[in-house]
Parts: sequence; C-alpha cells; structure tokens
Amino acid sequence: MIGGLFIYNHKGEVLISRVYRDDIGRNAVDAFRVNVIHARQQVRSPVTNIARTSFFHVKRSNIWLAAVTKQNVNAAMVFEFLYKMCDVMTAYFGKISEENIKNNFVLIYELLDEILDFGYPQNSETGALKTFITQTGIKSQSKEEQSQITSQVTGQIGWRREGIKYRRNELFLDVLESVNLLMSPQGQVLSAHVSGRVVMKSYLSGMPECKFGMNDKIVIDKQGKGGATDEAGKSDLGGSGGGGGKQSIAIDDCTFHQCVRLSKFDAERSISFIPPDGECELMRYRTTKDIILPFRVIPLVREVGRTKLEVKVVIKSNFKPSLLAQKIEVRIPTPLNTSGVQVICMKGKAKYKASENAIVWKIKRMAGMKESQISAEIELLPTNDKKKWARPPISMNFEVPFAPSGLKVRYLKVFEPKLNYSDHDVIKWVRYIGRSGIYETRC
Amino acid sequence: MEWANQLCENRQFGSKMTDSKYFTTTKKGEIFELKAELNSDKKEKKKEAVKKVIASMTVGKDVSALFPDVVNCMQTDNLELKKLVYLYLMNYAKSQPDMAIMAVNTFVKDCEDPNPLIRALAVRTMGCIRVDKITEYLCEPLRKCLKDEDPYVRKTAAVCVAKLHDINAQLVEDQGFLDTLKDLISDSNPMVVANAVAALSEIAESHPNSNLLDLNPQSINKLLTALNECTEWGQIFILDCLANYAPRDDRESQSICERVTPRLSHANSAVVLSAVKVLMKFMEMLPKDLDYYGTLLKKLAPPLVTLLSAEPELQYVALRNINLIVQKRPEILKHEMKVFFVKYNDPIYVKLEKLDIMIRLASQANIAQVLAELKEYATEVDVDFVRKAVRAIGRCAIKVEQSAERCVSTLLDLIQTKVNYVVQEAIVVIKDIFRKYPNKYESVIATLCENLDSLDEPEARAAMIWIVGEYAERIDNADELLESFLEGFHDESTQVQLQLLTAIVKLFLKKPTETQELVQQVLSLATQDSDNPDLRDRGYIYWRLLSTDPVAAKEVVLAEKPLISEETDLIEPTLLEELICHIGTLASVYHKPPSAFVEGSRGVMHKRLPARTGSGESTESPDVGTIAGGSGTETAPSIIPSQGDLLGDLLNLDLAPPTTTGPPPPTSGMQMGGMDLLGGGLDSLLGGDIGGSAAMGAGFGAVPAVMPASLNAPMGGGLGDLFDLGGGVGMPLGAYIPPKTVWLPAMKAKGLEISGTFARRAGVIQMELTLTNKAMSVMTDFAIQFNRNSFGLAPAGPLQVLSPLSPNQTIEVSLPLSTVGPVMKMEPLNNLQVAVKNNIDVFYFSCQYPISMLFVEDGKMERQVFLATWKDIPNENESQFQIKDCHLNSDAASNKLQASNIFTIAKRTVEGQDMLYMSIKLSNGIWVLAELRVQTGNPNYTISVKCRAPEVSQCVFQCCEAVLKN
Repeated sequence: MIGGLFIYNHKGEVLISRVYRDDIGRNAVDAFRVNVIHARQQVRSPVTNIARTSFFHVKRSNIWLAAVTKQNVNAAMVFEFLYKMCDVMTAYFGKISEENIKNNFVLIYELLDEILDFGYPQNSETGALKTFITQTGIKSQSKEEQSQITSQVTGQIGWRREGIKYRRNELFLDVLESVNLLMSPQGQVLSAHVSGRVVMKSYLSGMPECKFGMNDKIVIDKQGKGGATDEAGKSDLGGSGGGGGKQSIAIDDCTFHQCVRLSKFDAERSISFIPPDGECELMRYRTTKDIILPFRVIPLVREVGRTKLEVKVVIKSNFKPSLLAQKIEVRIPTPLNTSGVQVICMKGKAKYKASENAIVWKIKRMAGMKESQISAEIELLPTNDKKKWARPPISMNFEVPFAPSGLKVRYLKVFEPKLNYSDHDVIKWVRYIGRSGIYETRC
Repeated sequence: MEWANQLCENRQFGSKMTDSKYFTTTKKGEIFELKAELNSDKKEKKKEAVKKVIASMTVGKDVSALFPDVVNCMQTDNLELKKLVYLYLMNYAKSQPDMAIMAVNTFVKDCEDPNPLIRALAVRTMGCIRVDKITEYLCEPLRKCLKDEDPYVRKTAAVCVAKLHDINAQLVEDQGFLDTLKDLISDSNPMVVANAVAALSEIAESHPNSNLLDLNPQSINKLLTALNECTEWGQIFILDCLANYAPRDDRESQSICERVTPRLSHANSAVVLSAVKVLMKFMEMLPKDLDYYGTLLKKLAPPLVTLLSAEPELQYVALRNINLIVQKRPEILKHEMKVFFVKYNDPIYVKLEKLDIMIRLASQANIAQVLAELKEYATEVDVDFVRKAVRAIGRCAIKVEQSAERCVSTLLDLIQTKVNYVVQEAIVVIKDIFRKYPNKYESVIATLCENLDSLDEPEARAAMIWIVGEYAERIDNADELLESFLEGFHDESTQVQLQLLTAIVKLFLKKPTETQELVQQVLSLATQDSDNPDLRDRGYIYWRLLSTDPVAAKEVVLAEKPLISEETDLIEPTLLEELICHIGTLASVYHKPPSAFVEGSRGVMHKRLPARTGSGESTESPDVGTIAGGSGTETAPSIIPSQGDLLGDLLNLDLAPPTTTGPPPPTSGMQMGGMDLLGGGLDSLLGGDIGGSAAMGAGFGAVPAVMPASLNAPMGGGLGDLFDLGGGVGMPLGAYIPPKTVWLPAMKAKGLEISGTFARRAGVIQMELTLTNKAMSVMTDFAIQFNRNSFGLAPAGPLQVLSPLSPNQTIEVSLPLSTVGPVMKMEPLNNLQVAVKNNIDVFYFSCQYPISMLFVEDGKMERQVFLATWKDIPNENESQFQIKDCHLNSDAASNKLQASNIFTIAKRTVEGQDMLYMSIKLSNGIWVLAELRVQTGNPNYTISVKCRAPEVSQCVFQCCEAVLKN
C-alpha cells in the first residue's frame, strides 16, 4: 500500500511529508526531487521507479503530489486517491497553491491521518470529513453527536451527514456534453462521439431517496414492451430542444458516482441514490449513435499556382431555429510559408494569426438552420520544399443549449419519508449545454 | 528551506491564513525558544509551539531534542493539539525509544476514552510507533478496540493488526489477533469488513502458505454483499481479494462474475480495473460456448473504453493494462481501434502507449485507417513518438501482409523528408520488411543508399550494412559503400562491427574476384586489431571457413534465413498470465512480475490463471499461488545449465537485435560440435596446421544430413551414454512404414493405377510404388518427377521400370529419394506433387509422406545441448497434442520411436508420470524437440513439441502418433 505521501512546490521543496510505512525513508523525499522534479528531460511517465521505490505523481498548477511505495500496490487506486486528495483539499481551502498549502498544513496533516491509514485509503468524502475535521478545532461534541459522526463515516452512506435542513428544497441538474467529430472533406463522418456528464447540485433536507430517469433506449424499450405506462412519463422535466423527435438514445457506457446503487442499475437499469449534499457528478456517459452534429463545415481549398491558395469555408447550423449557439470559433490552418492573408466573412470577425498558423473566425451568436461563409486568399512564399502541405483539419469550437447526444432528463423524483416534504415541493432545474470537444473537418 | 518570509502576524488561533508563518526560516536559538513556549502555561501558546515544531519536522529539520517537552503536551482535551503531538511521536519515537515510553500511559488511557474518535486515534497512532516496549502495551487496548461497540474504532483496529504484524508478526499470532481479524469479515459494518479484508490480504502475502484468507463460498458471499455497501476504496480491497479466490467450478465462477459486473459502472477507475481483473481471471474457467461467456466479453469493452476519458495518469495505467488484455483476449477490443487514436494534446506517455495498442489491434480490416494515422504521427514534434510511429509502420507491414506495399511507400515518403531520425528509424524497419518479404521490395535499395551518410546511430548503420551485404549482388558499388564504413572500423559500436564483418564476407562470397583485398582487411581488423572477443571469434570462424572450404562457407554464410515472425514483442505467455492476475497494480504498469521490483518476500509469489474445469469437477485450489508439480516448461529450465550460448550467438550472424528469432535452421545442427570446432579452429590458427583441421572445417559447412559420424561420436560418447536410457535395447524393431494407399486411381490416369508408400531404410528414403496397368494396352517409357516441395525431396535416380507393363500386370518399384532438390513450402507441409509419365500421357497426383521419413539417424542430441536448445526456443513455438488410446509403457514407446529415429535423450519420473525428452533431426537440419508424458494406467499421452520452425510440429505429432499406434 501507499508508503508515504509528499507534496512539493515547483522548486522541489517539500511542503508536506507524511510517511506511513517503515520501508520509506527520508531519502525518498530527495530521490523524487532529484529524479523527477529536477530531471533534465521532461517526465515520460507518471509512475517512476527509483531504486526499487515507485513514485506516483500528479501535478496541480505548480504543486507536485507524490505517493511512494515499495510494494506492488494497486496503481489505479493510488492515482484515484491522489485526485481525491486534491478534491478534498480544494473543498477545504480552495485552489491548491503553495500559499494555501502552507497556510493549512496542520489541517492537511489531520486529513492525511484520517483518509489514509497505514497507506489504505479510508472514507474521503468531504461531506463526512467536514463533520469532524474543521479548521477551527473540534468543538466539544455530545455523545450522540460523536456516535452519529462515526456511524456516518463508516456507514453505507458515508458521503452525506444526517440532519441537513433547508427551508427551500431545491435541486439543479446540468447535462454537460462535449461532442467530438472527425469529418472527411466530402462530409462523411469518420468518427463522432459524445462524452457527457450529469452534474447535480442539491439542497435537500434529510436523507432524500432520489430516482433519476432519462430517455435511455433500454429502459424505454422495456417499458414499451411491458405496455405499462410508468408514472415517470407524466412528470417530464424535458424541454431540451435540439434534435427534434428522437424518443430514446443508445448509451454506449456509463459510470456513476458512488452514491448510485450499481447492482440495482445492473438489474433494472434504474438509477437510485441518496445524493451528497451540494454538488456531485452523478454520472458520466458516452454515446456514438445518432448524434446531432450542431454544425457542418464545408471546406473548399483551391491551389492557384504555387504561391496562392483560395479557401472558402461554409458553416451550417443544424438545430431548431429558435435556439442560439454561442462562442463559435472556426480555426482554418494555413501553410507555414504563408506571407499574407486577405479574409472576407459575412458574419463575425476573422483574423489571420501568424503565430498560430491559422485564420481564426469568431462569431458571437448564431441561430439554428442558418449558414455563414468565409473566404480567404492566402499568399505563399515560394519555397523549394518539395513536401506538400499536410493540410491539417479545420477545427471548430461552440456552445449550444441542448444535448447533442439527444439525452433528455425524464424525471428526478425525491422521496424523504421522514420529513414532511414531497416530490412536488422540490424546485427542480434542468439545463443542457453542449460544447465542442475535438470537432474537426478535414480539408 | 528558503520559503518566502511570511509576516509573523500574531493572529488569534483558529483564524485562517496563519499557519504558513511556521515555515519561516530558523533563527538561532529557535529550539531554545520553542522549548520555553512548549512549557508555557497558556494552551494557545503551547499549540502554536507544537505547530512550529511540526513545520520544522516537515522540512527535514531535526527537532528530536524537544521530545520530552512535546510529549508533555499530549495530555490535553484538545483533539487538534493531540493529533499534532501524535504526529510528532510517530516521527521521533523510534529515535527516542526510552522517552517514548512516557507516552504509553496516555495512549492506554485514550483507548478507554468515551469519545470513539479519540479511542480510534489512540489505537491508530500506537500502531505507528515502532518501539518494542510500546508494542507490548498495545496488545490489550487493541484487543478491546477490535471488539469495540463503535464501527469507527473497529475499522481502525483492523488496520492496526496489520501494522502490528509488520512490527512483530509472532506477537500477532501468539495473541490470537488473526482469528479476531477473521471474525471481522462477518462484521455488520461494511467498512470494517473492507479494512479487515485489506489487513488479512496484506498479512497473507507474507505467509504464502498460511491459508489465512480462508476463502470459501460462504465467506465469498459475505464479501460480495459487503461489496455493494462499502466505500469505493473498500470495494477495491474486496475485489483485489476476490481475485485471489479460485472458484470450485464454472457455475460458481459465473455467479461471482454476475455479482461483480455491476462494478464496471463505477466512477472510480480503480474499482473498474479491479473488477476487470476478477472477470478476466474467472472467465478463464467458463466454457467458451456458454452464452454468458459471450455476454461477459461484450460487457468488458465499454468500461475499458471509458477509462480512456479519465485523467491522463489513469489513462496511462489503463492503457498499460489494456495492452495486456489485448494480448490475452484480442476479441474484446478488436472493433475499438478508433478510441486509441492519439489526440493532439495527450501527454507523451499516453501517446506512446496508444501507439502500442494500435499496432496490436491492427488487422486487414482497419489497416488503411491505422496507416493514415501513423503517417500523421510521423510528422509530430516529439522525437520518441515519431520514432515509434515510424517503427509502427514497419510492424504493420510485417503483421498485415496486404499492407506491406503501402507501408513501404509510406516509409519511402518519410525518408524523403530527410529528417535525420525519421530516416534512420525507417531504414531499421525496412530491413525487417526485407527479412519478412525477401525479393519483393529491393527496388527501394537505391533510395536507401542515398541516405548512407546521414546515418549516425549504430542500429541504423548496422541495418544499412546488413542490407548492402545481403543484396551485394544488386548494388553495383557495394564494395565502395562497405569500404567507406571500414575506415572508422574501430570507432563503430560492436553491433556495427559485427554486421560489417558479416556483410563483407557475404560480399566476398558473391563477388570473390573484386573484393579479396577488402575481406582480408576486415578479417585482420576483426581478429588482430580488436579486443572484442565476440568480434575476434566471429572473425576467426569466417577466416577458417573461407580458407578451408569456400563452398561450405557459402552454404553457411549465405544460407537461407528463417522468416521473422509477426509479433516479436509479445509478452511471454506465462508472464502474461501472471500479469493478468495483477491487473490494476504496479506489476501491470511495469509489465514485470512483482518479484522484479518488490523487495523481500512480500507479494513475490506467482499468481496464475485458474484452469478451465468442467461443471462439478473440482480442482486443487491454486489461490495461494504456489503450484506443485508444474508443467514441463516450468521444470525444464531449472535443470538447464547456462552453457553453450556462445556459439548460438556466433551463428546468430544476420539477425539484428530487435527481431532475433534464433539461429537459422541450417546452422542449428552445428551446436553440438561447437566447442570442438572453436578449439580446433584456434589451434590450427596458432599452429598453422591447416591440413589437420580440414575435415572439421568441411563438417562445419557441410549439409547437416551428411554430418560426419566422427563429429558425432566423441560428443555422444562420454556424457551421452550416461543418459542413454532406452537406446540400443529396442533396435531390432523396424522403422514405421505406413501401409500403401492408392495415390492415382486408374479412372483418372487412363488405366494406370499407382499406390505407394514411403520408407526409410538404412538412411535412404525410398518411395515404394506399385504400378498396375488396368488399361487394355501395354505401357512403357515410365518417368517420374516431383514438384518443388517443403524438404527438397527429389528422385535420386530414374524410375526403374525396365520391362513394359502389360494389361492387368502389376509391378513393385522402389525409388530412392534425395533431399537436395529445390525447396518450396507446401500446404500441408508434407505434401508432395508428383508427375508420372508413360507412353500414353503425363499424370499428376499428390500424396503426403510421413515426416518420419526425414528423421535422420544422427538425430540424437547431446543432453546439455538439448536442455539449452529447449530453453532457447521461445515458448510460443511449443505446441501440445494428445495421443489417445495408446497402451504402451514408456520404455516400449521409447523403443518404438527410436526405430523411427525419434531419440529419447532422457527420462524423468515425476509423481508416477514418465516424461520422455526426445530429439529429432530432419534431413534439412531442423531440430525438433519433444516431451512425451506417459501416465501409468492412462492410455492418453501428452506430447509437447518445440521447434524453431513451429510449422513442422503438427506433422511431427501426427507421425509420432502413427508410429506409436502402429
């Protein structure tokens, strides 16, 4: 298991050093500094073996976190732990910086003592930790409080404490998607996928039992067959927009926050959970089928002689006219020997950026079912380089107010049997944001 | 430590942004000041002082002098202060054992505290203090805490047992803590279960045979229940532990798999990977035709792909593991090529790993896409990545034959870029392509030669020299090119020197007239002016060869080389199996077994995949990892002395390092004479007695089939006789001759019916034919011819049918065969296409000869050589077959086989199982090694066949079966 954990600043000075195992000596601190932080070559692997000691590291801004071990540990677990450690620290004192770490070093030691015992990660949910590790010292607790803390830390619902109360029960769901595309010059989709996240922010009293439903094809088909109309259909939270009449979507794979009961999902494909208080990433998913591509890029590149290129790019928006896409940016690469560029565009602003070897065309807003066009004349310096210009793909950035995968939230039901508020009293908000991932069209 | 001096504001304790002041640089007399503050009456001041002490400790300052003063602060109600003092204690107790005792009382008292958080803190900290005297006092509080009413205390105490075990294992056993820990596996609280599992697993690792984790269906059921309820970390502990369990049958295996699969949707990648490990391992036991097996395979792909959207460090871990999974079960991800395409902003370590997997997944179906990607990558900036991409193009060419042409043209394009390292890398891989597809792409040599001057890396230079030497006859100025390298001969690396020596000798053999001077120059450079023994020895061998028998030299040096295999970088199967059992761990990241990087006994036991079993059939539980009576491959190496590698190396002439597949077959037969040859060669060089060693020289180069007996005798004499077990006894038995079969029915040959068989008599292969005339007219003018075949069989004389064959007459003819005819690989290997002519027409037929015809009489390998060769042949070349219903004992079998020139070299008896080690030599010099396992009372034999040319294994097996059953 993890033998020790060190935090360094960018100079390699150690800010935090906590050793859990006897086989890790003080010299390990220096070994990492010399061989990794001060190494001449750029780091080639996040795992380094120095003299039979393995170092796992992650970097956050200019802070290095390193876990050390001499055993055959679960490597994936070590990295997951380091990320979690970062999350916990961020939740306690904000950005991970040298200043913040120094200001909170006592707290960090206290946390490290709690979430890592003999190198074994223990409960690391901030919700639970905050009940008994605070920056202001421990208040003297009553006996009930103490046992409540311990049962929560070790219990089945380690991520949420009891007795949370809100005057207004409210929850926010964000469906955040990034749509990736690689398209051939002829408009053929070479590869496309959406990776999405459902982020939930909840302010709910008590221990609410939640059930989340979306237009997952498997669930919809199952219901269709059974002929039974689930109560779910009635309380539709929908209103997404984009793609039109798509009823259900095929999800390639999804992963869930640890609060979701996985065996239930596996058996009935229903997503039920008691959420942590505040924000959490409920679910991540991937889809590859029937993706709504919000934009289509039509490139036309013509070489006029050896010293001139003519480029014409048309973009078409492909969603409901009532919706608006924002932050649109089209990046058209230019050859290295470009000497000058003249651009004409119908909408937005376009500029040739020599340092980036690209024409960058920005449009603030664009409604659905519209098209816009840019044309450019690129002057080239004559070169004796025989190699042809490789024509890198045209890339695009944008943000649209719908989910390109077609995912729709059908319902999120809240039950809290002990307190007297019902599902109808909870105020629910759903928002869909689709962003471009790597969205490229070859030319 | 030069940390920024922070303002030493004297703010109230507890407010934010104050702690960094403790990191301020040390002033003189600081320790003294701290001492005073620690002893202050004011609580706040005390706490401030302890914080300063901890800060100094962190940066590596020695504050152990303050030990008594800090320990004095321990008795406090303030939990924060207590924690700080404990932290200090854990660091310094070992250096001040006597004073640490002062703390014991407080610990013991704290373990009784009404607050469970304090009880847990005390027991947690006590376990971290590695001082014997304290450890003694720990036992009682620990015993209480293990049974504490509060789960938080119990889960902490569970880990504490592991801590104590690390300090004093005997004490833990004596105190009976292990049993208490086992009881905790049935605890009602899932986190207690998880920690108990983690502690037990760790303790079990240092006691491989203790059966501590007594896993049985009941306890497994408990673990699976806890799996659904505990924290993400607890799930990892439980899954990692489950992976060590060996289910009793496929039904149990399936039911565990079913309960583990939901974990594949967990957001924590480590949970996913550990679940994958359990599934990959238990799947091994499921019958492949089971529906569930297919379902499971399908379920594995999506989560593995999802891992690639995790943070880069985890992606790296995932990719290293996927690399293993793809080798073990390529079907899982075969359709997912695209997700491994490199993204522009991937970190370099992710890019390199993705590239590896892309090549593993490359197939005819996706090769076009892969090549297009690789070409893109070759224009990136990172040198290592570009090199690997270029190399990958070459590997694609070798792996997917249909793509070879496109790969070569892509490589040529890349050479045109003139980027130095791209060119060099391309030349190295083109050499491999030449090896794989000889005489196909040599037209590119001219382009390669243009870049000769830019090569500055040994590997590229060696590759280029190999190409020039190999194709010397097609390169007009080959001599000039090689001569240019010769100028700086002594500055070259050994690799280049060896290659240059060989290339010039090749050139000489191809163009003897013009290059005599050159070859003399290189031989003297290698033998007289070099200190490198490898180079010198190789130089001498060539010298001797050339001076005694140039014809033989030609046959040795210009021998046809074996084709290189497609996958040269696959992980060896037994290691792969072990690594699959370590999915998710460091071992799977390093691709090394834990014993390679873990010190001491911990975790070094070898894990193995479970064997496939039928329903209800129970196997020995291999969960402890040590397996009694391993297979032949496992035991063989242990008795092999490391010897005789020298010649192997010497003869390994033209095989460049990355694609070494072993010495070429025509030379492999020479190993037995190795030591002698060298000795003789050196003697004669010293004494100048050329005549004396001439015979030996001839033997060296001659076709192995006529290996002189004199060479064989002295070697086989001394040592060989000792192990000569079954030899000599069963001699009277005749060699196996299959019954005659009809090869050419009369219907198809205008009345001529031919049936026949093959026999080996006194070292001569004979084709025995029965010709029957079923036509109405007389047949005359018989002649026979063979098509080119795998072993160069050809008639040694004309077909002796002296008298005309009248209608309804039958004659028997025996045709002696030689093995020096033209060679062409046939399918199947032992297929022979024959044309028979008579006065009426020419008729064609094909027949298959038993490969035993080709087993030569001197096929008895010396024992030592056998062992070395067995070890030397890669395990992939081993094939295993079953011979069913054979009722011979091992000695009878050995005799029977010997009659057909299958020689038993040694026999071992392990647990009632006889193992016969046998060697066979084919007429073309290929050695085949075999291990026959005979179990008394079991009519089914197992035969493992190992050969440098694995294609022959099947034939050899068929032949052994025929011999034994006859």
